[in-house]
Amino acid sequence: MRVNFTVNGCAQTVDDVWEGESLLYVLRERLGLPGSKNACEQGECGSCTVHLDDVPVCACLVAAGQVEGRRVRTVEGLADRGGERLDPVQEAFVEAGAVQCGFCTPGLVVQAHDLLSRVPDPQDAQIREALAGNLCRCTGYEKILDAVRLAARRKAAAR
Amino acid sequence: MAAPPRSPGRIAAPGLGGVGDSPPRPDGTLKVTGEFAYASDLWMDGMLWGATLRSPHPRARIASIDIGPALATPGVHAVLTHEDVPGEKVYGLDGTRDQPVLAIGEVRHQGEPVALVAADHPEIARRAMEKIAVEWEVLEPVTDPRAVIADPEGNRVQERGGICRYQPVRVGDVAQAKRRAEVVVSGEYEVGIQDQAFLGPESGLAVPAEDGGLDMYVSTQWMHNDLRQIAPCLGLREDQIRMTLAGVGGAFGGREDLSMQIHAGMLALRTGRPVKMSYNRYESFFGHVHRHPALMRYEYGATRDGRLLYADVEIVLDGGAYTSSTLNVTANAASLGVGPYEIPNISIDAYGVYTNNPPCGAMRGFGAVQACFAYESMMDKLAAACGIGPLEVRRRNAVRQGSRLATGQVIDSPAPLAELLDRLEAMPMPPPPGPSPDIRDLPGGASQTTHGEGVVRGVGYGVGLKNICFSEGFDDYSTARVRLEVIGGEPAALVHTAAAEVGQGLVTLQAQIARTELGVQRVTIHPADNRVGDAGSSSASRQSYMTGGAVKTACEAVRAELLARAGRRLGLDASGLSVRDGKIVARDAEVVASIEEILGGDAIEATREYHHRPTQRMDPVTGQGDSHNQLALCVHRAVVDVDVELGLVKVVELAAVQDVGKIMNPQALEGQIHGGTAQGLGLALMEEIQVTGGRVRNPSFTDYLIPTILDMPPMRLDIVEYPDPHAPYGLRGAGEPPTLSSTPAIVAAIRDATGRPLTRVPVRPEEISLPGGAA
Repeated sequence: MRVNFTVNGCAQTVDDVWEGESLLYVLRERLGLPGSKNACEQGECGSCTVHLDDVPVCACLVAAGQVEGRRVRTVEGLADRGGERLDPVQEAFVEAGAVQCGFCTPGLVVQAHDLLSRVPDPQDAQIREALAGNLCRCTGYEKILDAVRLAARRKAAAR
Repeated sequence: MAAPPRSPGRIAAPGLGGVGDSPPRPDGTLKVTGEFAYASDLWMDGMLWGATLRSPHPRARIASIDIGPALATPGVHAVLTHEDVPGEKVYGLDGTRDQPVLAIGEVRHQGEPVALVAADHPEIARRAMEKIAVEWEVLEPVTDPRAVIADPEGNRVQERGGICRYQPVRVGDVAQAKRRAEVVVSGEYEVGIQDQAFLGPESGLAVPAEDGGLDMYVSTQWMHNDLRQIAPCLGLREDQIRMTLAGVGGAFGGREDLSMQIHAGMLALRTGRPVKMSYNRYESFFGHVHRHPALMRYEYGATRDGRLLYADVEIVLDGGAYTSSTLNVTANAASLGVGPYEIPNISIDAYGVYTNNPPCGAMRGFGAVQACFAYESMMDKLAAACGIGPLEVRRRNAVRQGSRLATGQVIDSPAPLAELLDRLEAMPMPPPPGPSPDIRDLPGGASQTTHGEGVVRGVGYGVGLKNICFSEGFDDYSTARVRLEVIGGEPAALVHTAAAEVGQGLVTLQAQIARTELGVQRVTIHPADNRVGDAGSSSASRQSYMTGGAVKTACEAVRAELLARAGRRLGLDASGLSVRDGKIVARDAEVVASIEEILGGDAIEATREYHHRPTQRMDPVTGQGDSHNQLALCVHRAVVDVDVELGLVKVVELAAVQDVGKIMNPQALEGQIHGGTAQGLGLALMEEIQVTGGRVRNPSFTDYLIPTILDMPPMRLDIVEYPDPHAPYGLRGAGEPPTLSSTPAIVAAIRDATGRPLTRVPVRPEEISLPGGAA
């Protein structure tokens, strides 16, 4: 089948999509956007989190056909055009040491980005709740919390 | 991957981004933007997808395999069985080649690879696999490791036998000490199977090369050891396979064994096309070895004031069907079986056995984790029996520099356990629960299973001792090539090793060392591949020590040559010169030349191997011998709130004190302690591969739980530096020790809150909430 949707602001038409394919497969294998990760492919780990019409979803749980006519924003679309300038959340993850193997990072970055767009100054309990669906095996989450707090401060200072 | 410096960390460092600083990871930006190429992200024109047919049975004979219908499926390019393995049909770690590339007539564990398919699309490959007709003769699996010890011959699951390694340790006279003991405590302990649960699935790409060999892009911990196993099985020489490390999404021991490497190579050689293999999470649970489950019996005798007189210990580790690292895991459990305590009389019998349970091998902590849960539980039991505190009983028996381990090995560098315990005790406690707590902070959290009623707080302690680097006589080394030249008018270093960056931050550290040793800012880390010598494995907490040591040594050689040239050019004695901030500096700190002036258009390159000091095999009868290169300590305090009615646990806070010899990178180090602690929390409370009759019941992240950000509490860290004179910079490997001690600390805290015996990890709610435990 053919699927038409918008990815990171660009209109895309994808042909020969098998009906059973997920949005994650289409992004990774057909559009060359492997930033969304494939750690569990059953909605448990959050590593494939993308925005679908501004709502964070697990791309592995979205059938490719469901995105027809809709907008998707992946981790590749968070930095300023051309990747010149990182999003404050991305910058904070690097700086705070929240990245080790990094496989969970794209999903966490997208989820944290969503949190800060809704709650600019979150309490720790809110950060934990928002990121509860994103598994990380390396960091023990301490520096991920540091990163989200740092990004919130940076965004507040920039306002 | 040149990393721009940022403001110095809390440790004074010679030069920004040098040793002791926390410069940003050189791969950090790629990882936050999604551009970092993990093994599962690789893609090539004309690429095929490989898939693996695995055994549904823990033990069965294969009467026949019919690949005809699968091969006839449109879009399928190859279907292979053991008959198609081009070379050696078995492989394995440590020279024990007992694991079939593809099953030969028999399978010995659920998930054992039987056949391979290459197809245009992963779904075509999956459907073709379903058409492979295998006729099974199902056999009764051997699943009781103690039965294997009782009757190894009758419970033999493979040619090498029933017992993989029996390692006794004998010190003093336990029988005589038993007569003198004033206090005797005993216990039986069990550790379930833990999974590494790295997030990046086993993946890789094999590309046929014009010379008949292969270019392989794999996610591994040890490229050269992979190659030593892959090449003979593919019937290729090692120099026909060019290995490049693809991005590794975590490892924790689970990538020490091969997974898809030989399989993808076979499919690529057969089809003449690039072949990618990438496991999904279900397959990943069958695609790598796990942490050995353990059954342990301990008896300790002591004086009335809690000084240990003897330890009588049996440790049984179930390795599953093939050897993997069971030989070394068993040695670790034996040599570290009583932990960092002085005990004059010791008898340990450690067994690693073969069964048809899931295959087990390396995981962070490697044999020391299992024993640590038991010996720390015993220390608490002893403290209670003697009426002294848990910290005091540990201090009274603590090793220090000069103490002997169970192996007779004298600890010849600092081992400040008593001080670490003092510091742990001095750390502030979290505030007690208030009258109206936030429900999210209570056991059960937002599920609202309690509003504070039935919740009891407990505090517990744990101590762990881990060997660093490879032990028992292995010639453990790493290799580094360092090149210094002027690029764009600025001195720049290129560091090339085969060491696997698995997330721990080794790429950052290598650049830090080059900056410090060469006095330059610009450092590039060459992609890890096998065009440089062996770096050994990213395991045993050894890469800072070994590859760090190799990079340091290679940099020193480059620097010596640079200074010799400077001395000749300037007519100065080179021994009085040093490098700093891109300049050649004389003894009086006067700048005498820039590095650019001395180098000109030349490059200085040096390749060096770094070996740690020799170690000895454990004596097969007494277990004695200087088997370890370095030892590392970590201590934990856990504070928990337990809903005693439902058996739910909320860990309130974890505090850790660790001696690391020298802090190389504060941020990465803290990340290792946090992450290691979290894996120990997982083992204490939730992580277990559940097995019935040799079959895994929970191969998914829905059913195998790892800690989330809601499970992991805030941590307090106190990191101390007592340099080890044998190690580069005095550093002590740091990645594994926190994984040992957090588990017993958490369980001790739950015991403190509930009074339950809790002899098994992970602790199950019913063991807390039901009178008499789960029975």
